[in-house]
Amino acid sequence: MTAMEAIEQLHARLSARFPDAAPTVVLNPGPAAQHSLLVPATQARAIAEFLRDDPELQLDTCSNVTGIDWPEREVTETVRRTVTEPPAADAPPGTAPAAKVVEEKVRRVVPGHLEVVYHLYSVARGHGPVILRLRTGDRGEKVALPSLTPVWRACEFQEREVFDLFGVVFTGHPDLRRLLMWDEFRNHPMRKDYVEPDDYEWEPTPHDRILAQARRHYPVPPTGSGEPAPR
Amino acid sequence: MNPAAQTPEPAPAPAAPAISDAERAELRRQGILLTSIEELYNWGRSNSVWPLQFGLACCAIEMIAASMARFDIARFGSEVFRPSPRQADLLIVSGTVTKKMAPQVVRLWNQMPEPKYCIAMGACAISGGPFKQGYNVLKGIDRYIPVDLYLPGCPPRPEALLHGLMELQAKIRTQPLTGPAAPAHLRPGADGGECVIPDFGPHDLEPPHDPARWQPPRLIRTE
Repeated sequence: MTAMEAIEQLHARLSARFPDAAPTVVLNPGPAAQHSLLVPATQARAIAEFLRDDPELQLDTCSNVTGIDWPEREVTETVRRTVTEPPAADAPPGTAPAAKVVEEKVRRVVPGHLEVVYHLYSVARGHGPVILRLRTGDRGEKVALPSLTPVWRACEFQEREVFDLFGVVFTGHPDLRRLLMWDEFRNHPMRKDYVEPDDYEWEPTPHDRILAQARRHYPVPPTGSGEPAPR
Repeated sequence: MNPAAQTPEPAPAPAAPAISDAERAELRRQGILLTSIEELYNWGRSNSVWPLQFGLACCAIEMIAASMARFDIARFGSEVFRPSPRQADLLIVSGTVTKKMAPQVVRLWNQMPEPKYCIAMGACAISGGPFKQGYNVLKGIDRYIPVDLYLPGCPPRPEALLHGLMELQAKIRTQPLTGPAAPAHLRPGADGGECVIPDFGPHDLEPPHDPARWQPPRLIRTE
């Protein structure tokens, strides 16, 4: 069975079992072909318990939990549209208006959100991975997702790590504290818009970002100040 | 009065010529041991530098290897890795100091009694190493505590650690016991120096470095 058939089969079973909260298949076009299921957050716990307890699936192991930050982004799409042009002024009367296909570039803002990815395996039946994705409402206020730690105990520390680095709040987690950074820390370092503390010190690394930092920290003195050149 | 008969002022006694090693060895062969308190004291303590049993990252593995039979740090008198900072003379900062770990490292240093020495082992302890441009690694332990010896490498091999220890021993042997360069515990009134233990701030350690001990390098750009 190919990965495509497997994911379609699983999707069909879940859709039949949870008709009002059917997951969406997210295809991976790459050679790995690790397709995933985008699960609605409201039913995530019930779906997870079904995946674990179903005798054919028996996904008893959660091997990996990770987070993805999708900031708000603007996409430009080319849209084809048929327009009807009024007939030219010198056209003979009775000429039908000409239909024409016009390509238009449409800009669209995709709202940002956070995503949590679970990789599930079945040790009992020797298959996997089944990949679940959960999405938050946005990146600011609606960052709560149901915790899957009551379903798979292995998620506990990894969900704490996602909470620490991405800021996803897992409701129902037994011990949701920061894991890697200290408790007083206020940022989420793996978010794309995280700005790290600016304790730059000069280093001979000719990367663009480092050079830009160096220019900011060591500005060019006014000409004629007589300061010698470094080195 | 005949000026020649005048009793000359007694000239200051010339400093005793330093005895060369060969002469000293000859005297020793004759059963005469010539030394100074300073030399004896420094000889003793330079050959019993007890490190703190404290490892942080992969450099610690090299430090452990240096203490085992193949490299055998016991040849230099440093095999007694102390589990308590109260009994240790040397802090080997062996590995990556994360910002979460930095206050504990400084606290260990403060708990060690004088005279104490610090080796920053490996690129991470010196400057943050490959993690320098990250957000969670301290960019060098010398931002908070005085470092006596920088031992580069990623990680340094056990031979390098032994070489570093020998250099530290040479440094201890030449340390005077009097004057301003004496160890802090021998200078009356000298504060051995409690290092500033940083606090966990909302974005970074506070302070991000001890300004009295470390300042960022000063550079002037010309273009």
